[in-house]
Amino acid sequence: MLRFLGPGLALLVTLTLTWVLNTKHGDVPPVARLLSPYQGFWQNGETADDFPAQQTLTLPGLHQPVRVRFDDRRVPHIFAQNDHDLYYAQGYLTARDRLWQMEFMTRVAAGRISEVVGPKALEYDRFQRRMGLPYGAENSLHSMLRNDTTRVVLESYSEGVNAYITRLAPQDYPFEYKLLDYAPEPWQPLKCALLLKLMAWDLSGRSDDLRMSNILRKYGPQVVQDLFPDYPNREDAIVPTGTPLEYKPLPTPATPPSFTAALTGRLPQQEPDPELGSNNFAVAGSRSASGLPLLANDPHLQLNLPSIWYQVQLHAPGQNVYGVTIPGAPAVIIGFNPDVAWGVTNVGGDVLDWYQLKFRDASRRQYWHDGKWKPVRRVVERIVVRGQPDRLDTVLYTHHGPVVYDQNEPVFNKQTPIQHAMRWTAHDGANEVQAFYGLNHARSYQDYRRALRTYGSPAQNFIFADNRNEIAIQPNGHFPLKWPDQGKFILDGTDARYDWQGWIPMEQNPHVKDPARGFVSSANQPSAGLDYPYYLGWDYAPSDRGHRINERLARMRGATPDSLRLLQNDNLGITARQLLPRLLSLLAGAQLSPAQQRAYAELRGWNYHYQAQAISPSIFELWYTKLVERVWDDEFGSEATGLEMRYPSRARTQELLLRQDTSRWIDDHRTPIRETLPQLALESFRFATDSLTRKFGPLGPKWGWTNQKSTDINHLANLTGFGRQDIACGGSPVSVNATGPRNGPSWRMVVALGPQVKAYGIFPGGQSGNPASAYYDDMIETWRVGQLDELVFLRAADENHPRLRAAWRLE
Amino acid sequence: MSRFWFLVLMIFVLSSLAQLLLPWWSVVPVCLLLAAWRGISGGRAFLAGLLGVGLSWWLPAAWLNTHGAGLLATKVATLLPLGGSGWALAAVSGLLAGLVGGLAALSGAWARQAGAPSSEKPTAIHS
Repeated sequence: MLRFLGPGLALLVTLTLTWVLNTKHGDVPPVARLLSPYQGFWQNGETADDFPAQQTLTLPGLHQPVRVRFDDRRVPHIFAQNDHDLYYAQGYLTARDRLWQMEFMTRVAAGRISEVVGPKALEYDRFQRRMGLPYGAENSLHSMLRNDTTRVVLESYSEGVNAYITRLAPQDYPFEYKLLDYAPEPWQPLKCALLLKLMAWDLSGRSDDLRMSNILRKYGPQVVQDLFPDYPNREDAIVPTGTPLEYKPLPTPATPPSFTAALTGRLPQQEPDPELGSNNFAVAGSRSASGLPLLANDPHLQLNLPSIWYQVQLHAPGQNVYGVTIPGAPAVIIGFNPDVAWGVTNVGGDVLDWYQLKFRDASRRQYWHDGKWKPVRRVVERIVVRGQPDRLDTVLYTHHGPVVYDQNEPVFNKQTPIQHAMRWTAHDGANEVQAFYGLNHARSYQDYRRALRTYGSPAQNFIFADNRNEIAIQPNGHFPLKWPDQGKFILDGTDARYDWQGWIPMEQNPHVKDPARGFVSSANQPSAGLDYPYYLGWDYAPSDRGHRINERLARMRGATPDSLRLLQNDNLGITARQLLPRLLSLLAGAQLSPAQQRAYAELRGWNYHYQAQAISPSIFELWYTKLVERVWDDEFGSEATGLEMRYPSRARTQELLLRQDTSRWIDDHRTPIRETLPQLALESFRFATDSLTRKFGPLGPKWGWTNQKSTDINHLANLTGFGRQDIACGGSPVSVNATGPRNGPSWRMVVALGPQVKAYGIFPGGQSGNPASAYYDDMIETWRVGQLDELVFLRAADENHPRLRAAWRLE
Repeated sequence: MSRFWFLVLMIFVLSSLAQLLLPWWSVVPVCLLLAAWRGISGGRAFLAGLLGVGLSWWLPAAWLNTHGAGLLATKVATLLPLGGSGWALAAVSGLLAGLVGGLAALSGAWARQAGAPSSEKPTAIHS
């Protein structure tokens, strides 16, 4: 029998190796399946034959034939004869280009990543569910399916996505499925709702309530009043002071006696990036060369591949609209049609609050509210974990909302207080799809206002222009009717007076139409001037971008689409312009080394523009950031205080640096000596020049801003080699061209209204989500240099246009 | 054609056909049975399996690398990491599959030698 030992061992080795190469091990993909030319990634290539200039696809369930034209950027122009077929085709074609992305993002939203990657995503999944994102999506889905129009839209879209998924054999699955070793699952309308909620989380999920409560407890109300005032700057409010109110405001609920939340040492990184912002602006005919409005929009989001946006033209009876869509959600989100154009930026209003709870006992089955014990609703979440048994997780719900963490445990998201209920507008059902459907069909200002009424969250500044020379802007969404500063701090969850007691009527959301100044704009700054009757929130993005936009619009005459494009690419830093002369003067008389003198001389000659090759922005940003840290860190840093807190705003810091050089906050109280502002300025200046010298060598072209900033566009799953790193471009998070290290203008659009609407746009990526395709990232270069494509807008399916490349028929 | 090259060719053709319809690991029974059937020394069987299965990957990978999959191969070769060379990735891919093929053929050849009395010349047997 010994003679069988050799072959037996050889066979064992063979089978073991086969198993090893055929199986996913932790993060290592099933190597042989991935690399096989028969089923693996080699099959994901894209040749000319994969995209014929003419073809007819037979798809089940279409009512009538649909015609699709593709332009040279691979944008589909869909011509359908009814709504069902239109959204079916949108779903089908979006899935054809972006299936992995849209499905992966719904898993991100729903807290179902562990199913794909295993236990390392478990805490992430738990957090997503516990903070109620899928709960909000279910609520929205109910209202979307109750409406006949949006039900057809969502069901047809899903049908189209599924028609594509069913056509796929395993070797056709998008690359990322093969790498991560899983398969697409059927699409449902719920997934569309989940994607919109994920957007709501990115844009309105940030909360400083815990940090502000910690500051209040530690320093008291006077310091809060001084350092964290409401609306630090309303000079550039979106709806300016003096805008007439054509309604009688509702009474605001009374402010209850003060409540100070129990001091929590719990550290509230996984929260939405505070840098996410956007710009939009429109000029009236009085300021344009054509005599009709121009409108521009650039939402700033995390820069990823595949791109967050997908361009499409949708044509059916009653509509002809072009713009960008979120892959996985029907209708156009930002775009135009022959009559109107619209765009969005985020509203920084406070729509997420925390309620401190009092449970009856350790079983946490009842909580105290409004003088009685009320029952806690318990929801069991089943989390499927790859390679492990399912995990069950119980989430407690009060009437406020979910208790994100009910036990003392390390929190996933540092802004989250333990044993507090979360109240968030995105938990409530609203029909955002109906709002976008309405905007897609809008022909007039009235249509636009009507469409906005069904829009809940995330609240957006909807800008509008039409070819009747009307321009308007409305910070819009569901805003709770609050007493002043309600929700600036953690709220008392036992007292009904602290509850959200109603809503600002939608038609009373701040809005302005055709203002005398001839333009409207927004850049995430405060929504309304001081005469707006309701409280919306206390903290907004720094007004730098808004101020610069208004400054340039106010000087604009005879504007053309190119004037707006140039404004989108404006690299000026307002903070630098206001602060640099002061900072340089603080260095007067200081002993500087020759290297520091060169940096000083460089800064003196700076025009405050964050241009790609400029050296000064690298020095200034590091200097300023370090100086701010030196001023605030001893009192508000988490390491120094052991508490999660935040720094005062950029505007408040500026005031201190410009005018309050004897302020108590300047001294670092951890040291025996008393620091002065010139001292801090000098130390941080030395730090900046030293660290740049260490990083790049002596001052020279290598110090260029683009090297220091390093703009990266990464693959959604952070795959090395699948993104684009170190893109040479100007801009900064505080410039109108808000291109930062990872965030930036995710879609730049300029629309010229007129008898024949003309529009221009670009996003930093490509239409295809397939990394094998030339259309995966073909728009990045145009985006990098600040140019826009003219968008191909067709009036009819058989229209000729030199940039059209393919004509398909779906039937 | 020598029996070695004939075996390489058989493995190449049959494993290619098998992989068009079946998972990649269908090369294991193909190599095992062919090597056992043809009767050949262990070393040569291993080499035949390596080359036959290797070719069944190298040729289509090379074709695909120049016909649509090149961009993606470069990216995958950066991820793995293989210095971003699609050709290196094609070579490594085929080598991995070839290794499995070679081991399977080796198992087949050895099994045959173990099953057949050593006095018999393996070449004399045709089943």
